[in-house]
Amino acid sequence: MDLLTEIAILVLAAFVGFEVISKVPNTLHTPLMSGTNAIHGIVVLGGILLIGPAQGFLNDLLLVIAIAFGTINVVGGFLVTDRMLEMFKGKKPDPKEPGGEAGGERQRDR
Amino acid sequence: MSRNDWIQLLYIVAFSMFIIGLHMLRGPRTAVRGNQIAAVGMAVAVFATLLNRAIGDWVLIVVGVAIGTAVGVPAARSVKMTAMPQMVALFNGVGGGAVALISVVEFRSVSDIELRSLIPILFAAIIGSISFWGSNIAFLKLQEILRRGIRTPKAVNFGLLAIAVILAVIIAAGSDSEALFWLILIAAGALGVLAVVPIGGADMPVVISTLNAFTGLSAAAAGIALQNTALIVAGMLVGASGSILTKQMADAMNRSIANVFFAGVGAGGGALVAHEGGGTARSTSAADVAIQLSYARLVVVAPGYGMAVAQAQRAVADLTTELEKRGVEVLFAIHPVAGRMPGHMNVLLAEADVPYEKLKEMDDINGEFARTDVTLVIGANDVTNPAARTVPDSPIYGMPILDVDKSASVIVLKRSMASGFAGIDNPLFYDPKTAMLFGDAKTSVSDIISEVQAL
Repeated sequence: MDLLTEIAILVLAAFVGFEVISKVPNTLHTPLMSGTNAIHGIVVLGGILLIGPAQGFLNDLLLVIAIAFGTINVVGGFLVTDRMLEMFKGKKPDPKEPGGEAGGERQRDR
Repeated sequence: MSRNDWIQLLYIVAFSMFIIGLHMLRGPRTAVRGNQIAAVGMAVAVFATLLNRAIGDWVLIVVGVAIGTAVGVPAARSVKMTAMPQMVALFNGVGGGAVALISVVEFRSVSDIELRSLIPILFAAIIGSISFWGSNIAFLKLQEILRRGIRTPKAVNFGLLAIAVILAVIIAAGSDSEALFWLILIAAGALGVLAVVPIGGADMPVVISTLNAFTGLSAAAAGIALQNTALIVAGMLVGASGSILTKQMADAMNRSIANVFFAGVGAGGGALVAHEGGGTARSTSAADVAIQLSYARLVVVAPGYGMAVAQAQRAVADLTTELEKRGVEVLFAIHPVAGRMPGHMNVLLAEADVPYEKLKEMDDINGEFARTDVTLVIGANDVTNPAARTVPDSPIYGMPILDVDKSASVIVLKRSMASGFAGIDNPLFYDPKTAMLFGDAKTSVSDIISEVQAL
């Protein structure tokens, strides 16, 4: 891909990132940080892509570690965010979501 | 359409889902779904990548993913809510570590890398390494394995950064020395360690958020090097949103981000003056507190990290219920940086089923203190410290605080007279209208509850 095209994508993504996050209530700062944290686990793709072209034991070893790290970041990040957010579910005055359920669920997995 | 076109198309689907997911994370009602959408987007991105013909050794990929899942899932499942900040720091750190490792392999395995790839690789290596080591230190500090750190002179940190950048320029100029590349990682890693070690207290959330943005940026850089749109977009989304979040937090403390990193509150050596009146703190009993609370009209609870460590949130919620039964109005004052992460208190109290509407943000609650009969400070220190308003040479001077000292009386639940994480003395404790209830927050609150019930 053309370098300038990549930079155009980069800049647009930056603006989207700024735009999508401004004005978030404090309450959701932690889950939001945790959620974005999970998204940068996308680096796992880099590890997967390089494992073909890269040769040699050390390269393979480093890449396996990188893939493991990336996977921890993705899987752990989304799971932790989900657990945090479960606690907000049903706490809002939303008749469709009975409040007790989320609470009971949580007590069990602690 | 060629196979590659399909991959690109799936990448577009994936990053659209990230953007939609992030957007939905802005409201409590849609947030759960938003997170799930982002997770599905990630699955789409991984699937698309596996379609690539150049994929090499499947066994190695499976091994890596299996190890990552085996470590990540149980950790995420079992972590206690109070330990969330540490966990996020760790997950962030491994992300940065992955970027750094990928940059090493790319440098090692591609001969004659073009400059357009080499520069982003070097950038990713530096930022990724800072993020990895910095996050691990943040984890150790939050876990309280590492207590207090020494602040290295600014010149050392800038020196390390300069070394990393100069070495990077040498490589970009044509050297293909692998040793130099490792040195870059080491210098950047040392910078990450030294920059985070001295930081503590209210500044920790800003640090984690900054490192989160760093990992995002380094992932975006790796994306440019690998010419991968999913990486570029997702990395930059996190880089940008993380920066905004960092800035919002720093603003909440009336400090610049540079100030957090270079002149921080948590400075181990700084002379921390605040208390000069020589007054003594008055200690009280659970029974007295119970009486005061039961006959109040408005009670405001100002929770802090102490509530989190003591796991006192459920007891606090029970106390609230008891008081409300007696017609007392109870509100919660949530400082933007109370605890070790923004929103930390909200998460804990939501867990304990405290209704969302009772949690008031600083600007909304500060006007209420004048009509508050009793303010119950539970394990919060720096965010209630009036020195931030009155003592110009205090390290936290200028930071907006909860004006708890404006209420008719204040009760502080605290383990001991030790100063807060930031190490600053708190004149609030010596205020004549303040009473201290010493002990573990959970035990103290439970004691108060039984005394209230006995009334």
